[in-house]
Amino acid sequence: MKGKLFFAYISSIGLLLISIWLGVSIGTAEVPFSTLWDKETNESAYNILWSIRMPRVILAGLVGASLAIAGAAFQGLLKNPLADPYTLGISSGASVGAVATIFFGLSLPIIGTYTLPFVGMICAFLTMILVLTFARLVDRTMKMETLILTGVIFSSFLGSCISLMIALTGEQLREIMGWLLGSVSMRGWPYVQMIIPFVMIGTIILWLNRRELNAMMYGDERAQSLGVNVKKSKYAILAGGSMLTGAAVAVSGTIGFVGLVVPHMTRMLWGADHRHLLILSFFNGASLLIICDLVSRTIISPSELPIGVITAFIGAPVFSFIFYKQRKSRG
Amino acid sequence: MLKVQNVSGGYGSTPILADISFEVEKGKMLGILGPNGCGKSTLLKVISGIMKPSTGTVYVDGKEIKNYSSKQLAKKMTVLPQLHATAFSNTVRDTVSLGRYPHQSGFFSSWKTEDEQAVVKAMDQTGVRKFEKAQLEYLSGGEQQRVFIAQALAQSSNLLLLDEPTNHLDIAHQKQILDMIRKEVTEHDLTVVSVFHDINLASLYCDEILLMEDGKVRANGVPHEVLIDDRIMDVYNARISMQAHPEQPKPQMTILPDLIELAKEKLITAKNFKIKDEYVEFKSDFPLRVLSSAVHNAGLGWYSNFINRTVNQDYNIDQVKEEFLGYLIEKGFAPTNTVGMMTAVDTRNAIIKQYEATFGDVFVIVTAGIGNAMDVSRTFDREHNDYIGTINTWIVINGKLSDEAFVQGMMTATEAKTKALHHEKVYDKISNTVATGTPTDSLLIAATQQGELMQYGGPITEVGKVIGKGVFEATLEAIQNYRKGELQ
Repeated sequence: MKGKLFFAYISSIGLLLISIWLGVSIGTAEVPFSTLWDKETNESAYNILWSIRMPRVILAGLVGASLAIAGAAFQGLLKNPLADPYTLGISSGASVGAVATIFFGLSLPIIGTYTLPFVGMICAFLTMILVLTFARLVDRTMKMETLILTGVIFSSFLGSCISLMIALTGEQLREIMGWLLGSVSMRGWPYVQMIIPFVMIGTIILWLNRRELNAMMYGDERAQSLGVNVKKSKYAILAGGSMLTGAAVAVSGTIGFVGLVVPHMTRMLWGADHRHLLILSFFNGASLLIICDLVSRTIISPSELPIGVITAFIGAPVFSFIFYKQRKSRG
Repeated sequence: MLKVQNVSGGYGSTPILADISFEVEKGKMLGILGPNGCGKSTLLKVISGIMKPSTGTVYVDGKEIKNYSSKQLAKKMTVLPQLHATAFSNTVRDTVSLGRYPHQSGFFSSWKTEDEQAVVKAMDQTGVRKFEKAQLEYLSGGEQQRVFIAQALAQSSNLLLLDEPTNHLDIAHQKQILDMIRKEVTEHDLTVVSVFHDINLASLYCDEILLMEDGKVRANGVPHEVLIDDRIMDVYNARISMQAHPEQPKPQMTILPDLIELAKEKLITAKNFKIKDEYVEFKSDFPLRVLSSAVHNAGLGWYSNFINRTVNQDYNIDQVKEEFLGYLIEKGFAPTNTVGMMTAVDTRNAIIKQYEATFGDVFVIVTAGIGNAMDVSRTFDREHNDYIGTINTWIVINGKLSDEAFVQGMMTATEAKTKALHHEKVYDKISNTVATGTPTDSLLIAATQQGELMQYGGPITEVGKVIGKGVFEATLEAIQNYRKGELQ
């Protein structure tokens, strides 16, 4: 058992390092990885790596990691294998903010070009407050069904707001659709800086509740009788997960599949114990999105595909294979 | 250990519990019973602190539960609601290990030796250690329930609250789980409060029963004081009957179904009796309630077929049960539906008599062999002898008798038999006094259980009068037949 977990961590970290290495090295211009710390030999290549590819790879990794760990936590909290980071509707809030920014051509003073992620994050935050307040109003104990239904209500309402703006828009349609499908291209270091604090805080909050998540798998009553402060933990997990989701969507759009499938794959390979599931999902989510981004920008180079298309394209077969193998071996 | 004082409460504005008070001592098991919707589970939620009562207090170890922190309370009390395998399954070991949650603290919450010991012990106690590496979802319902109980035991608290711990399990698993919990109660002073659906299981395993009705306590005490026929019928609104358990001094109930049977007349007539070469036979096309001291299917029960079989003087009595069973099967009698007796008397000497009574006809069948007659007041210093000589008496009644009427009927019949021996001057050859019977006499009373209930069967009751007269006359004739046979 111990050996298996050791292998899980080693292989997940190894995969992440390989993904970063590939993500940085491969592209329209082939540059060796060593250029990263070798400015003299090829200055333009050095600049490509540090100002374009490196932030892109790191951003993809952070977004993938955020979505995967938030997905793992929401699935555990809601005890529902269909839950993902978008279930609660926080992402729809962030999307409404971002789409509105494009639709109205908003540009806030001082932050200028970073208006879009900023508004997205603000909207995600407001949505989170609204969703939690509403769920609490309906049912003080915030049962799993209440949360899921609240998420459905908010998602569909905010979704129709987005549809309305799409219907009314003219020339920005392509830009809006491109953003909705998700992308980590042309973002640069400021986006990475913007998401990092949320990723750190959100991840720490979720990790601190890893054992509480394990207990809550057996229902709120059993968890409470085990000594878990169920209400407090629920708020913490919802806030942590929402923070990660909101930040990820605000910087990269709604990239699907990662938050749903990475936790499942991790669970199938190494078990449902949240003490390990959260961190392993974090690493593997990062790896998956880095690789998907690499494929999206190289497969029909010099054009790029939306990353959301690739996540499902690569993720679904891999997921099917693991699913099949696992069911087979257990008879 | 646990004290509930004047607790009332419910969901929102609907009150469910009304002024409930009770106490459970350390090392006792309390069963909470009551019909669906009476507030059993709500009470359990209030005790466990999941729901706050509107008034009243719950004390654990003398301290109000609201003064405990979540983890402190979890160390004192374990609550096991009805659980099912979750959407994401863990291994058995991980599931049981979670029981140690309240004992761990700190940022990394290290796993200590005592945690490991508690988990291993709990898995051993519940017998789940052999599949500790298996995924929970691949276990059977009974095995899963044992894993959840192991998780509860690993929590190492002294008070365990259970909500129908054996729901949906087969009887083997029910027994296994309750035996195991009971063992913890008896050997390690665990205190258990458990909601039960099954009255019989609660009666068998609990020291005390709390019977609830409409959110109130209807009765509280030891099982035989709480589980009384009339009270259960009133609370559950169902006809039942309480019986004694064969091994434990605990009442057990049986449901009395309100069946509408086909209006077929259930009547015994002389045609039901036949005297054959090897046995006297009585066959009915419906079962009769029977109390007897027969060789096969003695005691109280429901049977349709009856035989009184003639065997040789040198019949080997050592294997009688097996031999008799074989005989029944060979002769085409269903062993589970037949009462069998044995005699050395020729069937041709059997007496069948019919009597009319106000409630219906009564048949008395007697075979008498008095070669070994004895005076029961003079046998205390004698050795046993195997000589077969028996007075077998059957009384078949078209009527409905209570249990006491059956027992009184047996007494009345015995007295009449003894009187017949006295009248015929049958002597105990050793003491030279009037005999009272033989060492192996058998008696059977069978009743159709149709018509008015006859509560008593003593000598002056309608049924007692017929039994007395019938058994006396039939035994007299049977003795005379036997003596005629001896003279020839």
